Amino acid sequence: MANEVLYWQALNQALDAEMAADDSVFVLGEDVGLYGGSYRVTEGLYVKYGEWRVRDTPISEGSFTGLGVGAALAGMRPVVEIMTINFSLLALDAIVNMAAKIPFMSGGQFPMPLVVRMPGGVAKQLAAQHSQRLEQMYMNVPGLRVAVPATPQDAWWQLRQAIRTDEPIVLLEHELLYFSKGMLDTDAEAPPMHRAAVRREGQDLTIVTYSRMVDLSLRAADRLAADGISAEVVDLRSLRPIDWDTCARSVEKTHYLLVVEEDSRFAGAGAEVAATLAERCFFSLDAPPARHGGLEMPTPYNATLEAASIPTVTSIEQAVRKLLEPLPQGEQR
Amino acid sequence: MDRTAKIAMLRDMLLARAFEERAAREYTRGNIAGFLHLYPGEEAVAVGVLHAAEPADYIVSTYREHVHAMVRGVPPRAVMAELFGRIDGCSKGMGGSMHLFDRERRFMGGYAIVGETYPVAVGIAYTIAMRELPEAVICFFGDGAVNQGTFHESLNMAALWRLPVLFVCENNHYQIGTEIHRHSAVAEVYKRACAHRIPAERVNGMDVLAVHEATRNALARIREGTGPQLLEFETYRFRGHSMADPGTYRPRVEVQAYEKEEDPVTVAIGETLPTYPTAEQIAAAGTDSIARMATHMNEGGLLEAAALEKLQAEIDEIVEDAVQFASRSPEPTLEDARAALDCNRGMEVLI
Ligand SMILES: Cc1ncc(C[n+]2csc(CCOP(=O)(O)OP(=O)(O)O)c2C)c(N)n1
Ligand SMILES: [Mg+2]
Repeated sequence: MANEVLYWQALNQALDAEMAADDSVFVLGEDVGLYGGSYRVTEGLYVKYGEWRVRDTPISEGSFTGLGVGAALAGMRPVVEIMTINFSLLALDAIVNMAAKIPFMSGGQFPMPLVVRMPGGVAKQLAAQHSQRLEQMYMNVPGLRVAVPATPQDAWWQLRQAIRTDEPIVLLEHELLYFSKGMLDTDAEAPPMHRAAVRREGQDLTIVTYSRMVDLSLRAADRLAADGISAEVVDLRSLRPIDWDTCARSVEKTHYLLVVEEDSRFAGAGAEVAATLAERCFFSLDAPPARHGGLEMPTPYNATLEAASIPTVTSIEQAVRKLLEPLPQGEQR
Repeated sequence: MDRTAKIAMLRDMLLARAFEERAAREYTRGNIAGFLHLYPGEEAVAVGVLHAAEPADYIVSTYREHVHAMVRGVPPRAVMAELFGRIDGCSKGMGGSMHLFDRERRFMGGYAIVGETYPVAVGIAYTIAMRELPEAVICFFGDGAVNQGTFHESLNMAALWRLPVLFVCENNHYQIGTEIHRHSAVAEVYKRACAHRIPAERVNGMDVLAVHEATRNALARIREGTGPQLLEFETYRFRGHSMADPGTYRPRVEVQAYEKEEDPVTVAIGETLPTYPTAEQIAAAGTDSIARMATHMNEGGLLEAAALEKLQAEIDEIVEDAVQFASRSPEPTLEDARAALDCNRGMEVLI
């Protein structure tokens, strides 16, 4: 049965379901227990499962994420919450050098059922150190998987799948999505974890995007529809691996590709999407793939500048119009 | 210490309290956004420590740093404007509450990733030591921050190379919602310093004079070239962790106990006002001297009470002025942002 829930509640239910089903699942992180989690994701679990399975940690990201690696080696299914992606920079060694490498380096001896959850993105005036989108960093690490749920339904599905797989997974949750609403059907069958979803069908161009930018792209598509422009919106759901087939199918139909990402464009997630789809769909494309992303600067504190530094519904709409603009005779893009 | 110095400290504590409470109000009015970590309850630490420092000393602080900046001499106007995200803020509206910087005053920044202040401080101290300068670095951090690896890494290097750093722990017993006994196996922070043979002591952080005295002594030893020192000040924050945190995880009695008994502002007021002799003491002094003494003290006391009121009024004016200034200051433009980003490029033109 489907219910309307908030994104954080979907994550909370997913954790609860997996913890109830398997006693090797445990969560740890700063203020996840008694306090109930900075974004309420672990609310109620401390009382229900006790402190060994819902562990409040010191501010020691490097070591408590490493603890997750060790516990995974010993047969547990740890879910590490890093309070925000910005602090995961202190846990990179555990994630990149250990979690992603041990199964390989050991010649395939060890499972690594580690989930590292982290909120990220630009929220509301949290300034440069607290407004980062570092997904490209994790995308570039063989041995890791990266999931980016954009809806409560996906949050529920993908967190549970992440806990159940034996590979290390970074789950990127957007800070502004926690209090967004959506339908959650806990009985519905989950698509494969990294399958992309066509959120809106269209004919004239394909917008490939993920996380919070899905909603913005859909709203831009609504506005464009009023003008007779039909945009197809593909939500990647996973950034490593990427479901190229779903993307290519769409681009081959529409012949135009716009990638929308919140992160700055240079060497970002969109660069990978644009490059690979250009390779795969070169002869279907009527224009070079376009990328629309954040400005090349750390996020300013000032609200006006902060808003100007990342894509908006209007800027996405403009990027689409620019991509589709007929060029003067003989001119090239 | 003379009374002028005490009054100067009291003034800064009153300013700290008034400024922060006003910032909270401006936050609820929507003039300030993001994470706003306030300092009420902890004033004696910043004031006592920084009044004992020299202007040439460097300060490295955390995200809870408005008061550190102001006591260091950053004008309340520039701090408030930064909280408002305006161009006249000390970081030109780019940094906000958690990232106050003032190069001229050697206020080397507010850092919002817990555990960053140690290595930065050690780097500055390394420079000082290498150049054989008489300066020192004051490095602030919370009780929660001592569990970050950089704490031990930095303490080791500072001790190893005898660097002039004063490590200052503002132990308010909480790491957001986690009480110290739930985040640290050893809840006495100063004891950790002995692992690196760094002299350390624990001091009542609610008593500004004690803070000042301990800091002065520690800095004097540092300037003798004996290497780093660590001071742990036990204190308490009256508000939640930030404006986003109601702080409901703390027992009410605990909060009240600190507010009632140990409000450092009250303690400081007590310490600046002259003590009145009791009726018995006056009586014991004999008629003549009693009359003279009583008159003198009364006059002095009256004068002090009035002076205190005047001081408070001045401070209210300063805070009001800071808010007005911040409201009038323009917003930075994208060009300002780019200029900040490219500030070190000089004339170089990139491809
Ligand atoms: C590396 C890192 N992890 C987590 C956080 C989130 N965070 C901000 S302040 C804080 C608590 C810090 O407590 P403490 O060091 O005692 O300082 P206080 O806020 O009490 O002054 C936490 C966990 C952070 N900013 N940086
Ligand atoms: Mg603390």
